[in-house]
Amino acid sequence: MSQVGSHDAAAEFMGRASNAQKLQALLHRYPWLSSAAVLLIASISFSFFNENFLTPGNLSLILQQVAIVGAVAAGQTLIILTAGIDLSCGAIAIFSSMVMAKTFMGDPYVEGDGLPVLVAFVIGLLVGTFAGWFNGYLVTKFKLPPFIVTLGTLNVFIALTLIYASGRTVTTEEMDPFLLQLGHIINIGEFKVTQGVIVMLLLYIILAFALRFTGWGRHVYAVGDDINAARLAGIQVNRVLLSVYMVAGLVFAIAAWIVIGRVTVASPNTQPDLNLDSITAVVIGGTSLFGGRGTIFGSLIGAIIVGVFRNGLTLAGVDLYYQVLAVGLLIIFAVTIDQWIRKART
Amino acid sequence: MSKSAVLTASNVVKTYGRVVALDGADLELFPGEVLAVIGDNGAGKSTLIKCLSGAEVPDNGSIEIDGSVVTFRKPQDGRDAGIETVYQTLAVAPALDIASNLYLGREIRKKGPAGSILRMLDSSGMKRKAKDHIAALGIGTIQNMSQAVETLSGGQRQAVAVARAAAFGQKVIILDEPTAALGVRESNQVLKLIESLRERGMPVILISHNMPQVFEVADRIQVMRLGKRAAVVTPKTHDMKDAVAIMTGAMKVDAKDQTLKPVR
Repeated sequence: MSQVGSHDAAAEFMGRASNAQKLQALLHRYPWLSSAAVLLIASISFSFFNENFLTPGNLSLILQQVAIVGAVAAGQTLIILTAGIDLSCGAIAIFSSMVMAKTFMGDPYVEGDGLPVLVAFVIGLLVGTFAGWFNGYLVTKFKLPPFIVTLGTLNVFIALTLIYASGRTVTTEEMDPFLLQLGHIINIGEFKVTQGVIVMLLLYIILAFALRFTGWGRHVYAVGDDINAARLAGIQVNRVLLSVYMVAGLVFAIAAWIVIGRVTVASPNTQPDLNLDSITAVVIGGTSLFGGRGTIFGSLIGAIIVGVFRNGLTLAGVDLYYQVLAVGLLIIFAVTIDQWIRKART
Repeated sequence: MSKSAVLTASNVVKTYGRVVALDGADLELFPGEVLAVIGDNGAGKSTLIKCLSGAEVPDNGSIEIDGSVVTFRKPQDGRDAGIETVYQTLAVAPALDIASNLYLGREIRKKGPAGSILRMLDSSGMKRKAKDHIAALGIGTIQNMSQAVETLSGGQRQAVAVARAAAFGQKVIILDEPTAALGVRESNQVLKLIESLRERGMPVILISHNMPQVFEVADRIQVMRLGKRAAVVTPKTHDMKDAVAIMTGAMKVDAKDQTLKPVR
């Protein structure tokens, strides 16, 4: 292809491309395809092992189980698209859930000490957004690698959660019904999903819209793709990065609401694996850790794949340890595919 | 005949610590001409165009556009004043498509509430206009505006960058080593692009190391030496050997033998 735009040469090149190259080119264009294929194959395989797998009841259960990780992965995707990473995402979610519950409850020994539930809720959302801003500020202002920044703030937010909770769980009885709202079940035909699942899906739809159809979304991709090119094109790179970390923080705080709905208490020790599980979902969903490439719905598929593997292997009677092993192999598989796709020429 | 300059730089000084990059450099660019800026490494040509595009703030001296003094603090200022720069490092986002790259940082929103409230982009409109811009430069080989830039050849990528500059540059287009990373055929494509810019009346500043190319397309050639303008010559009055001699200081050109006025 040395001659510029020789159509014949290009056509000839495409004609000579092997099937592997064509597949590579296809996946290069639609990186979520491989994860969708994995999901499909896994679901069909598991349905052979256990006839209950593909029932609406079981599929509803899987969705309920992935609602939290799925919501956090939505925010995580934004950050990874900018070639960043957020190791503190789960800590932000748990911190926000603690703030929501405890500012509502106040001092449990003083009657009516807490704030109105909506005020407490909004404060929780603001705390999550502010935590995201703090990460983004360190990344943009001091040019620190996001990995290091969020490794630090992971510990900071865990510590703040423990300090604020003062080692105490806010129990279901002390909680306002509004905070528990997302645990309620909605029937959609045969499916029974929690409202948390619906909120998670809404998050995906809104973020997918913003990424696909707005200038902001395009700038997010451009910054992750080549930050210098984006800067020279006149994009205010730091503002884009800061907004991404803040939106992600807000998403983590909304995930906190889903957490409370699911576990029905606010505890500093809940969901310890959330940080890494969200990254797992994003990576399995085909988003490149090098930034600029991937789709947000891929992360939803990624989260569901992890849920399907855990659930399917359990139904097939596979030991828990082997489930962890399977997820580990999945991650390695996903990253290998990503590396291979990135080499695609056409 | 007495055309006035579009862009004038007078006595521009820029130092980096104790290193003097520009030591009172001058430049005049006239309407519709291709002005090449050549010089040895460290002669100050890159710094000079950075000052002109707003990427660097000069310590001293003045820059005028159409006779009025301007002060650039950041690249956006230069761009707002109508100066577009195509950087050596190809400021394109490889995974984004051609239309997105052309309108990167200046996206067009849809009309009505879809644009103002939902902030939706007018993707089809941008694709259509991108196609017009590409076609206007005679780049027939790029057809599909939804193609990712990384699937293009080096020359085609450079063409996208030049098309972006041509689409938005109101006054001046600066090309910084546009052929440095390209093969012979692709370089020729870029030279054709420069010529089609000139045909459209757009003044171009071309920074290049490649003497044959410079002598092929430039109307006037400004030779930089030690942070100053050593001479301005034309391909008609001087040859490449002379240009190298001026660059190295082996040859001095009297003011009367220079070409300080437009030739077109």
